[in-house]
Amino acid sequence: MAEQKPSTAIEAVESGLAAQGYIASRQIATAVYLSQQIEKPILVEGPAGVGKTELAKAIAAWRGMKMIRLQCYEGLDEAKALYEWKYAKQLLYTQILKDKLGEVLGGAQTLHDALNQLHDFGDVFFSKEFVEPRPLLQALEQPGGCVLLIDEIDKSDAEFESLLLEILSDFQVTIPELGTVSAITPPTVILTSNSERDLGDALKRRCLHLHIGFPEQRLEERIVESRVPGISQTLRRQMVGFIHEIRSLDLKKLPSVSETIDWARVLVLLQATELDTEIVKDTLNVLLKYEADIEAAAPHVTTFIAKAARSNVFG
Amino acid sequence: MRENLHRFFRAARGVGVHVSPAESIDAMRAVAQVGVSDRTILRDTLLLTLAKSQDEKLALGDCFDLFFSQPEPREDQPQSDNDDASQDADQQANQSPSSGSDSDAGEGQAPEGLGPLAQMLLSQDRNAIAAAIASASGAASLTDIRYSTQRGIFSSRILDAMGLQRLRDELDELTATNPALAERLRGALDALREAVRDTVAQGLALYAREEAENLRNEILRNAPLARIERRQVAEMRALIRQIARRLRERYSKPRKRQRRGHLDVRRTLRRNAAWGGVPFLTAWKRKHRDRPKIVAICDVSGSVAQVSDFFLLLIHSLHEVVDDVHSFAFSSHLIEVSDILEKKSPEEAMAEIMSKVGFGSSDYGSSLVDFEKEFMSTLTPQTTVIVLGDARSNNLDPRADILRRISERSKRLVWLNPEGRLAWGFGDSEMPRYATFCSVVRQCATAQQLERAVSDIVATYQ
Repeated sequence: MAEQKPSTAIEAVESGLAAQGYIASRQIATAVYLSQQIEKPILVEGPAGVGKTELAKAIAAWRGMKMIRLQCYEGLDEAKALYEWKYAKQLLYTQILKDKLGEVLGGAQTLHDALNQLHDFGDVFFSKEFVEPRPLLQALEQPGGCVLLIDEIDKSDAEFESLLLEILSDFQVTIPELGTVSAITPPTVILTSNSERDLGDALKRRCLHLHIGFPEQRLEERIVESRVPGISQTLRRQMVGFIHEIRSLDLKKLPSVSETIDWARVLVLLQATELDTEIVKDTLNVLLKYEADIEAAAPHVTTFIAKAARSNVFG
Repeated sequence: MRENLHRFFRAARGVGVHVSPAESIDAMRAVAQVGVSDRTILRDTLLLTLAKSQDEKLALGDCFDLFFSQPEPREDQPQSDNDDASQDADQQANQSPSSGSDSDAGEGQAPEGLGPLAQMLLSQDRNAIAAAIASASGAASLTDIRYSTQRGIFSSRILDAMGLQRLRDELDELTATNPALAERLRGALDALREAVRDTVAQGLALYAREEAENLRNEILRNAPLARIERRQVAEMRALIRQIARRLRERYSKPRKRQRRGHLDVRRTLRRNAAWGGVPFLTAWKRKHRDRPKIVAICDVSGSVAQVSDFFLLLIHSLHEVVDDVHSFAFSSHLIEVSDILEKKSPEEAMAEIMSKVGFGSSDYGSSLVDFEKEFMSTLTPQTTVIVLGDARSNNLDPRADILRRISERSKRLVWLNPEGRLAWGFGDSEMPRYATFCSVVRQCATAQQLERAVSDIVATYQ
């Protein structure tokens, strides 16, 4: 592995992901290869629906590892992301063990003695049995390694970002009562962000930064081919060409790869053989998610179809 | 290669990509993994490890292309000349003065006793020349180049380091003894000069940008906003956006934060009353933190308009930090402009505001009356009111009593005055009368002062 030439190794990553149905550009493959080699998380940014989350799934499937997903949202804190004490269990145990406690402490003559005896086994209730591991801790405890997906990190608070820093750089967390837990096998960490807010420099510094934009026409055709096998080549070309034209408009939300795939499925279901104005207008709501966008795009449909068909002839 | 990478990091900093030592170490490790043989992989690798946003990626990509394309033209020029010439070189070689004559110099005609530079030039070893230029630019510390005016001195430093002095002496000698060879050497020297000039120009493009940009921004930050030139307005807007970003990053913290570890005893007891006080459910103390609410009242008459423009731009770029902003503009009467600013681009918005209320002589009294009549209800005890204006009311009634009421209803009243403290109270300035009701009065004429003022206002809510 180490002796392998990097370019061939990167190609291997590309084909490995392709086998899982994820067509990666060279940039993506390089990022995946590098993150494995220098053990760094990847921070993936890009518009919604370009396959950021898919990438993590594909890597997990390709390497045959478990994927642990942490969905971020506002107000997410360490109790939900990292670990939590099973408070109710602790309480229950103390209630059940009340009599036992009485026995143990029965021998003590003074309050001071009783306290000293309590100190000796006080830590029992703050041991591993009472820790409820949440995704981050789970990821560190996987013996065979795993893919840890921290999804939409931009939705979480700035404090949570700082919490991640220790995990991202050293693959370990510190639990005050238990000490430091290090990863058995460093997990492959993927963070995704929709750039809703700027992430802190400290977080960015610890990651490889990968930006996935809208794919170019060739690549998108290959993606559609792998995801929707039933579609004919002409239709595929036309629809991808059409979508590329649509993306040149000023829209509130541009159609991304996931919309392309959905649309391809719809077209296959409707048994279309090639694009025409009628069918496009009927299915435009699959591509565009705002009424204003559909209105803005509708007048251009005919010209775009013509353009897509023409490029098909020459391409 | 290490040396080259370090130079590249410096160049990357020049184009605005922040490369910290830790990042450069990461990049080094990554490059060590992928090797340097494949340029596209190397480019991807550096982009992945160094750039942290899409803008930075673009900038860094350009920088990479510029940086690593550098050796090519230098090598190619002599080579292509060489190739062209060598086809038909045999007889012509001696008469054509410049590069063509170099062609068969490689055949070992170079006479003995010449200096290393002359040997190198005559033998047309372009790799050696390229290497010599590179090492000479290292010796002349080309990476320290800062201004375009330094190009001459760096060129001559590099040439000196390569041994130009000796070459000149030899040229003088040869002109007497072997004119043809001297002619050829002179031509080669001209080509060398050109190559060095290109190198320096590229060095300037790569390394000087950071410094030049810093210098320009520094000047811009301290220039009076009211008097900046038209062509600088766009740059100023960019600078204001930068300031807004900085403020956003500093102050956009969540409003509520749970303070774990501080038990709220009262709420816990109440919540667990059903279990006889055994605390199954715990309640923790919370701390509420308000986001700023801002009401901005801006004078848009004559000299103050430009400052108001930038101020409004800044305030309205602070969405994440500021809960809500109401902006009002006035010169002789007052209107609300929040919607215009939210919906339109800064240029259009300002044009519309100016057409509605601009170009009047300012009348603070009647504008304050307008505000009290219609918009007094926007003020809450959490609001900071910011008035931006020079308080020059053309000797009309200033109505300071309204300002007093505004100040009583709001959390703070901040007055930003583009004029210097010295001018307050002279002529028709009503500043001293207004100042008594303001929590803070400060001068605000440059971008830097603007940043400080807004930063202070936001900070009081933290």
